[in-house]
Amino acid sequence: MSNAATFDTRTDSAIPVESPLAYSYRRSGAPAAGPESRVTLRERALLGQLVLRGGAIVLDEAVREVLGLGLPGEPQGLVQDERGERSIQWLSPDEWLVIVPGGEEFELETRLRERLGDAHYAISDVSGGQTLLELEGEAARELLMKTVIYDVHPSHFPVGRGVTTVFAKATAIVRRPSEERWELVVRRSFADYCYRWLLDAGEEYAIGVVR
Amino acid sequence: MSQSKKQVHRLAKGGRIDRSRTLSFTFNGQSYQGHPGDTLASALLANGVDIVNRSFKYSRPRGIVAAGAEEPNAIVQLGSTEAAQVPNVRATQQALFAGLTARSTNGWPNVQRDLMGLFGKLGGKFMPPGFYYKTFMAPASLWMTYERYIRKAAGLGRSPMEADPDTYDHLHQHCDVLVVGGGAAGLAAALAAARSSARVIVADEQEEMGGSLLDSRETLDGKPADQWVAQVVKELAGYDNVTLLPRTTANGYHDHHFVTLHERRTEHLGETAPLVKGRRQVRARMHRVRAGQVILATGAHERPLVYAGNDVPGNMLAGAVSTYIRRYGVAPGHKLVLTTSNDYGYRAALDWKEAGREVVAIVDARQSPAGDWVEAARAQGIKIITGSAVIEAKGGSRVSAARVAKIDIDAFQVSGPAQELACDTIASSGGYSPVIHLASHTGARPTWRDDILGFVPSLVKGVHACGGANGTYALGEVLAEGVEAGIKAAAVTGHAAPAVSLPQVKALKQGPAAPLFQVPHEKPTLRAPKQFVDLQNDVTAAGIELATREGFESIEHVKRYTAMGFGTDQGKLGNINGMAIAARCLGRPIPEVGTTVFRPNYTPVTFGAIVGRHCRDLFDPERYTALHQWHVEHGAEFEDVGQWKRPWYYPQTVNGKVETLHEAVARECSAVREKVGILDASTLGKIDIQGPDAREFLARVYTNKWEKLAVGKCRYGLMCKDDGMVTDDGVTSCLADNHFLMTTTTGGAAAILEWLELWHQTEWPELDVYFSSVTDHWATMTITGPEARKLLAEITDIDLDKESFKFMEWRAGKVAGVPARVYRISFTGELTFEINVQANYAMHVWQTLFKHGEKYGLTPYGTETMHVLRAEKGFIIVGQDTDGSVTPEDLGMQWCVGYDKPFSWIGKRALTRSDTKRENRKQLVGLKPKDPKVVLEEGAQIVFDPKHAIPMPMAGHVTSSYYSPTLDSGFALAVVKGGHQKMGETVYLPMADGQTHEAKIVSPIFYDPKGERQNV
Amino acid sequence: MFYIYCPYCGEHREEEEFHPKGQAHIERPKDPEACSDEAWGDYLFFRDNPRGVHHELWVHAVGCRKFFNVTRHTVTYEILETYKMGEQPSITADAQGQPREAVAASRQEGVRA
Repeated sequence: MSNAATFDTRTDSAIPVESPLAYSYRRSGAPAAGPESRVTLRERALLGQLVLRGGAIVLDEAVREVLGLGLPGEPQGLVQDERGERSIQWLSPDEWLVIVPGGEEFELETRLRERLGDAHYAISDVSGGQTLLELEGEAARELLMKTVIYDVHPSHFPVGRGVTTVFAKATAIVRRPSEERWELVVRRSFADYCYRWLLDAGEEYAIGVVR
Repeated sequence: MSQSKKQVHRLAKGGRIDRSRTLSFTFNGQSYQGHPGDTLASALLANGVDIVNRSFKYSRPRGIVAAGAEEPNAIVQLGSTEAAQVPNVRATQQALFAGLTARSTNGWPNVQRDLMGLFGKLGGKFMPPGFYYKTFMAPASLWMTYERYIRKAAGLGRSPMEADPDTYDHLHQHCDVLVVGGGAAGLAAALAAARSSARVIVADEQEEMGGSLLDSRETLDGKPADQWVAQVVKELAGYDNVTLLPRTTANGYHDHHFVTLHERRTEHLGETAPLVKGRRQVRARMHRVRAGQVILATGAHERPLVYAGNDVPGNMLAGAVSTYIRRYGVAPGHKLVLTTSNDYGYRAALDWKEAGREVVAIVDARQSPAGDWVEAARAQGIKIITGSAVIEAKGGSRVSAARVAKIDIDAFQVSGPAQELACDTIASSGGYSPVIHLASHTGARPTWRDDILGFVPSLVKGVHACGGANGTYALGEVLAEGVEAGIKAAAVTGHAAPAVSLPQVKALKQGPAAPLFQVPHEKPTLRAPKQFVDLQNDVTAAGIELATREGFESIEHVKRYTAMGFGTDQGKLGNINGMAIAARCLGRPIPEVGTTVFRPNYTPVTFGAIVGRHCRDLFDPERYTALHQWHVEHGAEFEDVGQWKRPWYYPQTVNGKVETLHEAVARECSAVREKVGILDASTLGKIDIQGPDAREFLARVYTNKWEKLAVGKCRYGLMCKDDGMVTDDGVTSCLADNHFLMTTTTGGAAAILEWLELWHQTEWPELDVYFSSVTDHWATMTITGPEARKLLAEITDIDLDKESFKFMEWRAGKVAGVPARVYRISFTGELTFEINVQANYAMHVWQTLFKHGEKYGLTPYGTETMHVLRAEKGFIIVGQDTDGSVTPEDLGMQWCVGYDKPFSWIGKRALTRSDTKRENRKQLVGLKPKDPKVVLEEGAQIVFDPKHAIPMPMAGHVTSSYYSPTLDSGFALAVVKGGHQKMGETVYLPMADGQTHEAKIVSPIFYDPKGERQNV
Repeated sequence: MFYIYCPYCGEHREEEEFHPKGQAHIERPKDPEACSDEAWGDYLFFRDNPRGVHHELWVHAVGCRKFFNVTRHTVTYEILETYKMGEQPSITADAQGQPREAVAASRQEGVRA
């Protein structure tokens, strides 16, 4: 195990916990999705999120063994398990974002560290620092076009892709885990801005929030 | 409803308007009627409205000249309510809708009876050619006088004084091929590219695609041209890979094929966007297009001939006359004289005659014109006067006659006696000028072509021009060029296009055009009646001649001297004529004189579309901590720190009165010094640093030493740039041997992470270390004050004993049942614990602290109190007490500099330069005002000798200044030349209001100089 | 608004995702203490400002966060190539003599106002 400090930041479920959008729901509300909604927004809150840094070969072997998933082979790649619950996304040539169900991240980090031994790598827990928003519906892509500067056309942004790009005047990770669904990973402190932006830009599509 | 006037000039049939429906509209307070399919301009012409404006400078009556974007006169202010005001709309580009309300932009108090006109062309006298130039050379005060007058009189339109109810947005578009222009060339190009399966966007500024084909006399495959248009548009609309954008103007061509398109989505429907199912639609949209290839199919603008009186209402472009007749079913007069230098102009006479109106004569500058349309005119029995031109239009508020004479183009003189032909309309055509504006935006200079008497665009890589934009006017060739451009552009982006079979077009036989721009008059230009070149800016041929006589030889200087092509006009109608006139006056060929640079935007873009959604509470991101809700609920006033909203202070209501900032800060300060306060410090930047070389890396980027920092310990670090100037500071903790957590200033978080990466990636890639931002992951709650330990002890399992948990150490444990890292560091000088938990748990921990804290007097405090408390301790804030010119030694922080570290860390070398060792550098000191009630102004200049003659030598300035409730006095931090050696000396601060404050230089540590309180 | 090929992401991205960081290939002297004040001043403060081919350091700030080099023509704004840290440019002003683009560009350049 490498000489780094690990820290399980989670505790028993009786302790109240607030997602990054908790304030936004109170402040801006959450318009219900209806039959006219051409796009819906849903927060997948409190997931486990780890940033992996290191050499691709070493890390690939470790995540295959521990998580059962290999690193994406290409830049902007996104791979996920069969149920779509665990994913690994390319962030840079030596950086990946791993998202797992909330609560799994500490054990995953611990096992990866055991597996990686003395190799040079880094794992940072960022679960509290970002949240995942899902967009679904026929207007989702146009809503993204209003918002991100990256080309989200299906010919350029197929399923299995994820990028870090400019989101309005903030930044976000944009991912396409399936044909129908887009995901945004936004930083906690920017989450309210992103939420308000999406509601505003989505108004003409009767955007609804699924809670 | 008041009785509307009859549409006196409306034809009984023809045109693309729907006569079965009538739309009422108002222009200058008078009610009129038009039909769907009309523009405001065509409807005004239909109603016989001759005067639509007063001219910019001479206040002359002006009528509609053109039918498109090049219209110089019919520029109107839209809006029936204050909030709906839109300035500078071209009536030729505004679709008519029911209830449209427009006013002339110029013409005060009204266009018909113009006050300025009565006063004898005051404007003209005030503004000779060179007005701008000469005025800007004059004292600025004079400009102020002029400007008010000019704006009022010239009427540049006005913005609304009430909030706009509409929404606007941006759409980020990416395509293989962007086709600008949906006329014959553009549609042909789009068709070819679309069939290749390339991603294609077609933008056209008009209400419907088709361009000149919508009013063409020519046929395609033997059928009216608009049928081909409909068929192509239908095919394009059926492709998934094609986006059709009518009512969309490409206004700016930026670097690397980034083109901004301005789409007017609802402006043809009403003055505000209609609600659809209760939801407001986007009124205008900016498409930010990144294109692979761009096809410019922007067509050409007809050039008017420049003759005396050519601005009297009733003077129109020949092509516009045809467009009004054929597309809008309006013949804008009864008796037409056409003056032309080319065959194209003949079309107006043929259309006019077919509309059942009288063509008095065609006046052709050429000796022996020949061509299909010339023959057609002859066959119709229309009188053709050759070798001649209209040299002067007569009439006041409408043309009454044309003076026609033989002319000698080469000698630039009238060569025969003039005859006067009675008429109410003069159509003129001097040929066509390719619309090269967008190509010019790329920086490429256009090329003059003698054969077409016009500039064609020079093209940068990836840009194609076709059709009129390329100086190609024969329809068959236009279509072929379009297809070729479409195939080529698609191919470059990797899409092979199948062949496109072109419709059959009968080739028109055409004679060569005469190079006529300004028509000579019997009198020399300077004495002849005004011959207008740029109608929008009231620039005359005489003005240009004067400019060249005054020595302006560069066309760019002539432009500035005369204002030709200024403003929203951008030289669409007049530039080529102006250049030709300048060339003639200078005795040089046109290409040598060259053209001015056209700039974005091509036509005005509403601010709404530029701003998009980035307005109101979405103007800029607001970053919130996990505790924001609590701060809001507890009445915090917020301060912007970067994009963060941080609580500034928490005003309480005492005896029904809300505390002032001063009162709240005094209360919050006392709470920390005497009991315990709590601060949300989550905004501090936090960088997770891992790797075997992490320690070495820290030693290189910080000024101080890190080799001995043990696990469990924290250390303050100072960061310099390589010039030796302080750039950031913060506490870094050793989490494990190869694992550190660095904190940065709130504002510096992103920049410092980038800074670390810069050095790692570019200079020291051999160091094994990684950096990741964990700023948002952790929430940080600082409890500080004598009671802090007692409070924390109630809810943590961490041993807080002062021997087992010392100052500048950290421990892990649980706080309020939540896993936490607690750091014993202090920014207040008091006993302090910084509690860090995963942000999602922050609210619970914060509230638990308050539950237990009440009995200890736990008081939330904001950034203002934080500033007072840290300044009392002489703790600097980078960016406030430093400004990029302050070294660690200037700050008196030698204790934080490891000169003997083995690696030459960032900043070290610069600190041994003679300048950084200079003794009289500005150094950080404390200032104690002589009058304790005085709080010195931050930024106030410091002098040693207040009696020194002005200018006094400046000795430094105040960087931080507050009132301290603890000291019961104002106090300040300042940088003073040689300040460290001047302890106890008096300095002076002369203020703007005339008083001079006196202060004593003291140590910057005002409170607890030995640091005992934080160590308890 | 440039369109910049990030050699690490392997695709073109919008300029908004990048930060320019000045002239490329400025190496920190290996032994700063051995530098004269003048040499150190040159390293710190003096940069080229060529008309024509220029090598610049950029970072894909909103993206992979990697630094890389851009060879850009300062008149036409054309980006001639981008390459990773540690690599050398294949296009230089010297290697080309006076680059053709520059000649064409200087002819075409107008007074911008």
